[in-house]
Amino acid sequence: MTRNLVIVSAGTSQPSTTRMLADRIAAVSVERLREMEVTTTVGAVEVAPLAVEAARALVTGVPSAELEAAIEEIAAADAVIAAAPVYKAGINGLFKSFVDVLDDDLLIAKPVVLAATAGSSRHALVVDEQMRSLFAYLRALTLPTSVFAAPEDWGAAELGERIARAATELAVVIDAQIERGIADRAWSGYRHEFAGNATRAEQTAANVDFDSPLMRLAAGGRTN
Amino acid sequence: MQFGIFSVSDVTRNPVTGDTPSEAERIQAIVEIARRADQVGLDVFAIGEHHNPPFFSSSPTTLLAHVAALTERIILSTAVTLITTNDPVKIAEDYAMLQHLAGGRVDLMLGRGNTAPVYPWFGQDIRQGLPLALEHYNLLHRLWREDVVDWEGSVRTPLQGFTSIPRPLDGVPPFVWHGAIRTPEIAEQAAYYGNGYFANNILAPNFHFVPLVNLYRERFAHYGHGTPEQAIVGLGGHAFIAKRSQDAIRTYRPYFEGSPIYGHSYKLEDYLQATPMSVGSPQEVIEKTLTFQEGFGDYQRQLWNVDSGGLPLELALEQVELLGTEVVPVLRREMEARRAPGVPDAPSHAKLVVAKYGDAAPRQARPNPNRGDNLTGPTPYQDEELAA
Repeated sequence: MTRNLVIVSAGTSQPSTTRMLADRIAAVSVERLREMEVTTTVGAVEVAPLAVEAARALVTGVPSAELEAAIEEIAAADAVIAAAPVYKAGINGLFKSFVDVLDDDLLIAKPVVLAATAGSSRHALVVDEQMRSLFAYLRALTLPTSVFAAPEDWGAAELGERIARAATELAVVIDAQIERGIADRAWSGYRHEFAGNATRAEQTAANVDFDSPLMRLAAGGRTN
Repeated sequence: MQFGIFSVSDVTRNPVTGDTPSEAERIQAIVEIARRADQVGLDVFAIGEHHNPPFFSSSPTTLLAHVAALTERIILSTAVTLITTNDPVKIAEDYAMLQHLAGGRVDLMLGRGNTAPVYPWFGQDIRQGLPLALEHYNLLHRLWREDVVDWEGSVRTPLQGFTSIPRPLDGVPPFVWHGAIRTPEIAEQAAYYGNGYFANNILAPNFHFVPLVNLYRERFAHYGHGTPEQAIVGLGGHAFIAKRSQDAIRTYRPYFEGSPIYGHSYKLEDYLQATPMSVGSPQEVIEKTLTFQEGFGDYQRQLWNVDSGGLPLELALEQVELLGTEVVPVLRREMEARRAPGVPDAPSHAKLVVAKYGDAAPRQARPNPNRGDNLTGPTPYQDEELAA
């Protein structure tokens, strides 16, 4: 079965170092998976072209078709490489705006490699202190190694080693189908959006649990 | 099929003139709008409930009782009555009273509200918003159907031997619609009771509410009220109409662009494309509304918002006029022609009376005498026997 890796990059220049970093992680991950005899395709959602769409969706609640397509691509991914540049001592607002329009349950148990770039190594903790907590809120499965690159890192072998570590973690988790295992056993235990974008979101009455306490209360407070 | 208008009661600066109407002006304006809706043959006038500026409608039953006295046949409703922060006992009393004064021309739509501070202002906990809505309605349902209610729950002080007065007109409670934009539990509650489900169908993409409507339809059938196609569905919408399409767009554009809700981020044309909002000629509004029937299935009630965003009274009245004379007559014919056999109309008081009593005379509640302590004892009404 072919696995699908999706990069979400909020870099803004062409080419951006943020995307470059994500591409490197993706390439090594594909290589690791090949060694494990798993074929992988790589897709990418560039957030910058969706900047206006994301802002509109936030303000009006009406997502455009392009934004919906990007969200669906992420929902269907076996894993995500999330990459943001650091602006003003934090992840850029573009990245956060995009994440803000995602359903809360879109990434439940989905493996995510966190990556960030910055103009100075002084921002090194942004990836762990901001992105990790953000994806924890989304209940994503963030991998142990995050990858941060300041300008000097592009001349240091250690960056390659960190990328390799993150890629190995990603490959192992994808191969083990952790997301599916968790969702198969525990999906209903998380809070969900009805008719949302998550691949397992309840879309019809057939997959709604009508025995929850609130559903029983809705049905006149029945106790059976 | 019922057609009508609903207002959220916003008092908004007119972006063209820069003038903000006073509360007094807007309250008089909404009465005019409701009267005109009745005169041109619309079926429903519904008003929202809010508890903060820039809205005026804190007391829907007061307004609707006044409108009832000035109108002949239009059904008076709400969009919405807050089932979370209002005491269901007071809702039962107020709306039964309104129902009597309006000769049965009353139903209501229940919703949770969208203004967070209203919960604490009324002593409620927003984190309990959904259980509040569900449990409150369960109680309201009983208060209108049982003369004497003993009740204990988690969200309100218990009741022992309570009788909500006046009893509903002819012993038939006002029909209830449940409004929800994201909550399957509310659709489930509407289905369980065989009540109506209303999707506001504004401020969201085209057909965004289809999954919830379908959930409601399936569960309506599950509870034995009929087929999914016979479930009682209402939809909202937003319309601005002029005889000629280009006039509608030109006139409405500054109101759209000046709207704190719509205008600052979308082009009017894009918004019309992406959402159920209709701005155009009567024919264009007719065509767009017919797509609702295709997308949601046959439904029973269509309400449009035609007075928000600072529209002056004359323009709002023109909307009502065009709906009544040019849009709705065609939609009535077309939707009826396309409707599958066996799909019922929305309930009215008269139909509910017939459904309950057939040819027999409906109940008229006559209280037993005051015992001297302002109470009537365990059987409050003359037609009730004390259970053995």
